[in-house]
Amino acid sequence: MRPEMDPFALRSARVHEAEGRGRRAFALFQAARHPGPLIWILPAHIPEVPMLRGLPQGVGERLHLLRPSTEMDLLWCIEEALQAVPVGLVIAEAQKPLSFLAGRRQQLAAETGRTTGLMLIQTGAGSNAAETRWQCQPLASLQKTSADSTLHCWNTIKNKSGTCKNWTINWNGTSTAFHMVSEARERHEPAQPPR
Amino acid sequence: MTLRSGNSDHLHCVTPAAIAQGLSRGMALADARALCPDLATRPADLAREAAALAALCRWAGRYAPMVARDGADGLMADISGVPHLFGGEVALRDDLQSRLEQSGLAANSAVAGTRGAAHALARHGGGIVPDGRLIEGIGHLPIGALRLDYDTVSGLGRMGLSRIGDLVPLPRAPLARRFGQGLVMRLDQALGQYAEPVTAAADAPHFGVRITLPEPIGLQSDVMAALERLLARLCVKLSQHHMGARRVRLELRRVDQGAAQVEIGLARPMNDPARIAALFVKGVEKIEAGFGIDALRLTAPVLESLAPEQISTHHDVQREDELADLLSSLGNRIGFDRVLRLLPAESLIPERSHLVAPAAYSAPEPVPPHTGPLRPITLFPPEAVTGPSGNPPARFRWRRMHFTTLRATGPERITPEWWFDDPAWRNGLRDYWRIETKQGPRLWLFSTPQTAHGSPNWYVQGEFA
Repeated sequence: MRPEMDPFALRSARVHEAEGRGRRAFALFQAARHPGPLIWILPAHIPEVPMLRGLPQGVGERLHLLRPSTEMDLLWCIEEALQAVPVGLVIAEAQKPLSFLAGRRQQLAAETGRTTGLMLIQTGAGSNAAETRWQCQPLASLQKTSADSTLHCWNTIKNKSGTCKNWTINWNGTSTAFHMVSEARERHEPAQPPR
Repeated sequence: MTLRSGNSDHLHCVTPAAIAQGLSRGMALADARALCPDLATRPADLAREAAALAALCRWAGRYAPMVARDGADGLMADISGVPHLFGGEVALRDDLQSRLEQSGLAANSAVAGTRGAAHALARHGGGIVPDGRLIEGIGHLPIGALRLDYDTVSGLGRMGLSRIGDLVPLPRAPLARRFGQGLVMRLDQALGQYAEPVTAAADAPHFGVRITLPEPIGLQSDVMAALERLLARLCVKLSQHHMGARRVRLELRRVDQGAAQVEIGLARPMNDPARIAALFVKGVEKIEAGFGIDALRLTAPVLESLAPEQISTHHDVQREDELADLLSSLGNRIGFDRVLRLLPAESLIPERSHLVAPAAYSAPEPVPPHTGPLRPITLFPPEAVTGPSGNPPARFRWRRMHFTTLRATGPERITPEWWFDDPAWRNGLRDYWRIETKQGPRLWLFSTPQTAHGSPNWYVQGEFA
């Protein structure tokens, strides 16, 4: 698939990172687009758990939650899950900054198992080994008419095999369908005279 | 002893003194108390009773090679060829009775030529029926002693037949036509015209294997090789009995009398040696071999039934197996209670609208399609907001951030489930609002309008996509 066709396709068998307030929404968006079992690794002390009734269609049945108690177990779980062949997507919420060593080990594990990984990191706490890094923010839609639009601003701030770009999309969190929001542009050229 | 069946208590066991007062087994406890106001009762424990009977069954092996259970409260021993060792049938029975009495058990015993006759006599006084005089020996017993159902006994009673001796001279064909083959069969069994051997119950299969080595081993590869041999034997035994192991324990004995133990859990019942062996690798690495290991023992302490499956190379089945392997290895490291799965539940309360269940002990369930108001993607315990203004709040602070409400959808009123006393829901019903903020996040706020004093409190409980 050409990258222009689907800007949000994560390169398979690599580990990616997402930061910002909207990172969990981005992870669920990706989970809905990846077939196969899903592993969500969530440290035991984090109070936010996915709510089954609010997840996109088809994600709840495939989702497995791991609640490791220590950061060491978390990293071990990530590697073990990435090495497993049948898993579709591994989502992990790391609490501490990922070292380059940990990031590189994850990339190797992902290549062994041909599994895609997505690390939800604290802002600025990623590792240099990540394939892409996404900055995700929920956006308020200021137009009065769009009562139920759920805008997201998803930007690539690091891309090892492509360019960084910004997108604003409207995704309502129930399916894999989304709408691109075109950017408002100021007109430079003079307007055509009315005919 | 009393036993609760249905919603009433019945007498399960009575002492001889109580029988003298007119009580009997199966009588309702209320009736018994009316007869005997100072009755002392204890609840019966059927499991411990069965265990005690099993122990007694083992002990009775000193009188006969074949001992079987006879109903819930009896033992049947085949003593053919044995009595002369004790000095005759009478001496044997005296010995048995005195030993039971010494240990504080009130028991009745009978010796007879057939199983049915012995059963009947033991429950109606006990005694010895000499060889060849069965009819005289049990003829005076009531018909109920023949192991018949209540309808047959009462039907015979209405015809004026109350003793076994009354039945013997009657023609068989009309009896069988009227009361069924069961009556004739029981009569024949008691009189020895229909064989009824005493068979001991089969031993429960033991899922444990061991190996003793002529030379001590210390290398990890040697231990794994020995483990593979043990596993192959254990798994054959498991699959013969259609069982799968949920936990497998390897005990190792060192030459210096030290011991080591490795135990693994499995995400689902399994009897495939190669896949179980893979889970042992990590544990075997950590064993301290010392001067060497010379004996290994492998047991499966927790089992589950595992029906044989069609062997398939289908992609889905393979993937399921691989996923189960992954869950096993994860569970063995971080604990099976930390490998979880979300299951839908029938409740409108957000916290109880799904169950978080261990993945190893639950199967995925389809999530019903969502209807009604939107639900957030993440849920957390309610966190109070500070400085809310208005209803719904136009501005508030939460987690040290300022938020300004752009759009509010709601309220959605959720009332507590009165049949559960949930401390989190003690302050009454909740009005849920979906608040879109100017800052971006879309939050799930609720207020508790039923709180006793002051303005309603506002809490954040979830975040939308």
